[in-house]
Amino acid sequence: MIPALFFYLFAGVCVASALMVVASRNPVHSVLFLILAFVNAAGLFILMGAEFLAMILVVVYVGAVAVLFLFVVMMLDVDFVQLRHGAMQYLPVGTLIGLVLLVELLLVTGAWVIGPGVQKTVALPIPTGVSNAQALGLVLYTRYVYFFQAAGLVLLVSMIGAIVLTLRHKPGVRRQVISDQLARRKEAIIELRNVRPGQGL
Amino acid sequence: MAELWTNYLWPLLLIVIESMAMLLILMTAIAYILYADRKIWAAVQIRRGPNVVGPWGLLQSFADMLKFALKEPIIPDGANKGIFILAPIVTCVLALSAWAVVPVADGWVVADINVGILYIFAISSLSVYGIIMAGWASNSKYAFLSSLRSAAQMVSYEVSIGFVIITVLLCVGSLNLSAIVKAQDTQWGLLGWYWLPLFPMFIIFFVSALAETNRPPFDLVEAESELVAGFMVEYGSTPYVLFMLGEYVAITTMCAMTTILFLGGWLSPIPYPPFTWVPGVIWFSLKVLLVFFMFALVKAFVPRYRYDQLMRLGWKVFLPISLLMVVVVAGVLQYSGLAAK
Repeated sequence: MIPALFFYLFAGVCVASALMVVASRNPVHSVLFLILAFVNAAGLFILMGAEFLAMILVVVYVGAVAVLFLFVVMMLDVDFVQLRHGAMQYLPVGTLIGLVLLVELLLVTGAWVIGPGVQKTVALPIPTGVSNAQALGLVLYTRYVYFFQAAGLVLLVSMIGAIVLTLRHKPGVRRQVISDQLARRKEAIIELRNVRPGQGL
Repeated sequence: MAELWTNYLWPLLLIVIESMAMLLILMTAIAYILYADRKIWAAVQIRRGPNVVGPWGLLQSFADMLKFALKEPIIPDGANKGIFILAPIVTCVLALSAWAVVPVADGWVVADINVGILYIFAISSLSVYGIIMAGWASNSKYAFLSSLRSAAQMVSYEVSIGFVIITVLLCVGSLNLSAIVKAQDTQWGLLGWYWLPLFPMFIIFFVSALAETNRPPFDLVEAESELVAGFMVEYGSTPYVLFMLGEYVAITTMCAMTTILFLGGWLSPIPYPPFTWVPGVIWFSLKVLLVFFMFALVKAFVPRYRYDQLMRLGWKVFLPISLLMVVVVAGVLQYSGLAAK
């Protein structure tokens, strides 16, 4: 009973805040609602017993990705009311896509039946007796190590791509070279003079 | 009905009582930690510090608290009201909720969850929202600049904190905070705690903790000489107290994390009687206070960093070192056969 209660709480808040992401007038409010949706999705993960995934979702998406979102949205000075002006003309297309998605979801949850023999054909048995962080590690770094590394490489390539696209070398920019600064010695830069009164150097 | 009581209501009641006790003790401790911070700072500068309210000024924090609570909360005209009020609440609640998983002695923990350390890491990465929301909702240049600085700073130092945590986890083989403490329980006492075998990581964690909690020398968030008082410049009275409270709770959480990861949590430094007769919670508190003492001394001694120096330290010094240490520690554990099974 209690898990069901929490499921409806998390799911309800998640769906409502997802709706508010689209509906809210202020873009910063939208991002904050998006964060609320993420956190509630993490709650749903915990109810499923996947506490590791839940925490990673919070750390990665809420703690890092959404912060950058918020950054960009706060700094951009976009008049969203004007942008939203003609938004209603996209309503038919949006509704159509939503309907298709809904039908597909209904098919998956309603009409899909897992065959009786499928459990035996699963490539790896679901490990028992270990916490789910450990269970993930056991397969992620052994059986799926190439996929895992490939995913990492894709991210690396996109990161390098972004840097290459935005990096500009401006000539004539004065930069501080930390090693030069640390290598400076007192003897080389300070000269002590005995200055007599009224004469100057 | 009896089943409902034993299965749901009684555990719920127990959790509520435990949480309230934890919060009450934590709040009182925070009041005196704030006092200690000011006293230590004063002692370094050969001043007296707060010494008027109560004997030796012991009631100073409570007087301050009362003063703030009785003032009128002011919301600026151009502020975004909802978010403006939400920001301090978010900061304070998040900071306090981290204490749900901190084990103060063997088995003395409100929620002994499997992924305790990730939970604390997640909570501390969320705390940046309080600051960003405050900075944006204030609708003021200083507050906004400060919150941008803060967000960049916290995201940068979280990376190295994450890697430090990973090295400790590699040695322990569990994400549970109690298991991390128990893994340091060896016959060598304080020499077996992770501060010695993982010494560079201990230093990196300590410095990153300073940066993560916006403590001096990394308090560019509230650099008073350039940004007036940073993101909380528009706040007064109770919302301001919530920020202050959240900040100090976060500092205490970081001290507790340092204690658990590197200083053996509730373990006694010499694992033989009569030292083992002392309750674990006393050792834990003493260690947290020791780490806080170091925090306070750093505040008193070290001048503030420049922002580019701060970023350089985070990305070009700490990140490569901690990344290298993850590889080295993993390699040593793997090939020496010491790896946790």
